[in-house]
Amino acid sequence: MFVKQISVFLENRPGRLEELTTLFGKSGVDLIALSIADTSDFGILRGIADDSEKAYRIAKENGYNVGLISVIAVVTPDEPDGLARVLRILKDGEISIEYLYSLVRRVGNEAVIILRVNKPDDAVAVLIANGIKLLDDNSIK
Amino acid sequence: MYWNKPIEMMEIDRLKALQLERLQTTARMAYQNVSVYRERMQKDGVDPDDINSLDDIRRLPFTEKNDLRDHYPFGLFAAPQSEIVRIHASSGTTGKPIVAGYTQKDVRIWSEIVARSLGCAHVTRDDTVQVAYGYGLFTGGLGLHYGVERMGGKVVPVSSGNTRRQLTLMEDLGTTAIACTPSYALMIGETLRREGFDLSRLKLKTGIFGAEPWTEGMRRKIEELLNIKALDIYGLTEIIGPGVAMECLESQNGLHVWEDHFFVEILNPETQEPVPDGEYGELCISTISKEGMPLIRYRTHDLTAFIPEPCVCGRTHRRIKRFRGRTDDMLTIRGVNVFPTQVESAITGIKGVAPRYMLIVDRVSDTDVLEVQVELAPDFISDEVRVIEEFHAKILKTIEQVLGVSIKLKLMEPGSIERSEGKSRRVIDNRHLFE
Repeated sequence: MFVKQISVFLENRPGRLEELTTLFGKSGVDLIALSIADTSDFGILRGIADDSEKAYRIAKENGYNVGLISVIAVVTPDEPDGLARVLRILKDGEISIEYLYSLVRRVGNEAVIILRVNKPDDAVAVLIANGIKLLDDNSIK
Repeated sequence: MYWNKPIEMMEIDRLKALQLERLQTTARMAYQNVSVYRERMQKDGVDPDDINSLDDIRRLPFTEKNDLRDHYPFGLFAAPQSEIVRIHASSGTTGKPIVAGYTQKDVRIWSEIVARSLGCAHVTRDDTVQVAYGYGLFTGGLGLHYGVERMGGKVVPVSSGNTRRQLTLMEDLGTTAIACTPSYALMIGETLRREGFDLSRLKLKTGIFGAEPWTEGMRRKIEELLNIKALDIYGLTEIIGPGVAMECLESQNGLHVWEDHFFVEILNPETQEPVPDGEYGELCISTISKEGMPLIRYRTHDLTAFIPEPCVCGRTHRRIKRFRGRTDDMLTIRGVNVFPTQVESAITGIKGVAPRYMLIVDRVSDTDVLEVQVELAPDFISDEVRVIEEFHAKILKTIEQVLGVSIKLKLMEPGSIERSEGKSRRVIDNRHLFE
């Protein structure tokens, strides 16, 4: 129960992100979740597209350093304590989070959080066991 | 001021006769004791006894920096190891340094020419000389140190760095001359002015600056900031170290080469033919008195020209002009020689980077800043900042270890480093060190 995420290495220079998103736009790739981690020298774009494998292929063909990995998409009620409850489950399962970010749009009146954790399979197991709804590549579109 | 007036003012014909005699001795010694030289001379069909005039030097083979690397560490030594009393080292063109060995006599010669060079700057036994060159394998510190002692002056071996302490010592000890890189002199001057240090509290009058190229503009700025006379000293580890050539205070125009110890040629870099006096070419130096590691026709890749006119100071040793550039892409970063190919050898074999790189040099607040850009291999990616930062730190450390200077490393996307037809341009030097 995972979704595919692309990661793209970007030099810190003006216009670099715009170039990549324009490329996706022209190719009909819709980014539905996006986060950028940056340092003073470089950034890493992480994103979920409606078709992440296509996004990966297009970025690769255009010379980007791009990777494709699996992350967890957790559906949480869009209300106080919604996210915290998920985090408590992971803490109790001794799973640590490398990073997380949220979906650009909501699904119904629920929020979607993208999680990268140290033990993905364990995380999925404890989340499902606790009744947390997860999305896969099809259901996230 | 002359340290050794009879030699420094030697009649030109006598100087040439001395050079020939010493060149013959050196060629013979190299042939007998250094297999590399012997094999080359045999291959070229030349015998040391064929050297009957100074022009005959052109029959002898050249020596390149790569020869020092290929025969690292002792392959070009002519003296037995038991006679070697000192080792210095400098950057090679790849990962390995090059080393030079000195006998006791070599150290004495070196001290002698540095003493003469100090004389050119009118430094005497009554002077206190602060040596702010680095001490160690680098020849700057110890070279100047021995010269000052030989001359009888007082040496303050402070080494480089800690500018505030430099100023304090300068004031407290009554330092009258300083020896360091010109860019460090600028930094001392700027620090002094910025901190509102009262110049009248210093007794400084002369600076002996070398180990990197500098311009007349820098000279004027240093002289103004420190209220001193700034003079250029030249040398290279392979040959002996600083003191191969020195500007005199009288002319401040061109550097006298100590021709009783070094035979110099200025050659067209393409044809290797001598250029007419006054025209620029590549400086080629033969040591003619050294025992430890004599070098025959060593190609320095430094571009200069002879100044044919006699000097107002009366020294007969020929002058060469302030250097105009290099025939290769060697850089001098804070006094340390850096070759782009060193970066290449450092990053070769690191998984995740492409063998594409660029060196960008700037001078920020009078300090050289070297940025090395390295392209990532197309398949290198991580979604985690930490992983990329660790990768960055590993490459940085690898390059710094090879270069011997600190750098800024920038990881680049594949294809972002400029590609050009044929030989790619690997250096952008924004310092404008040559006029």
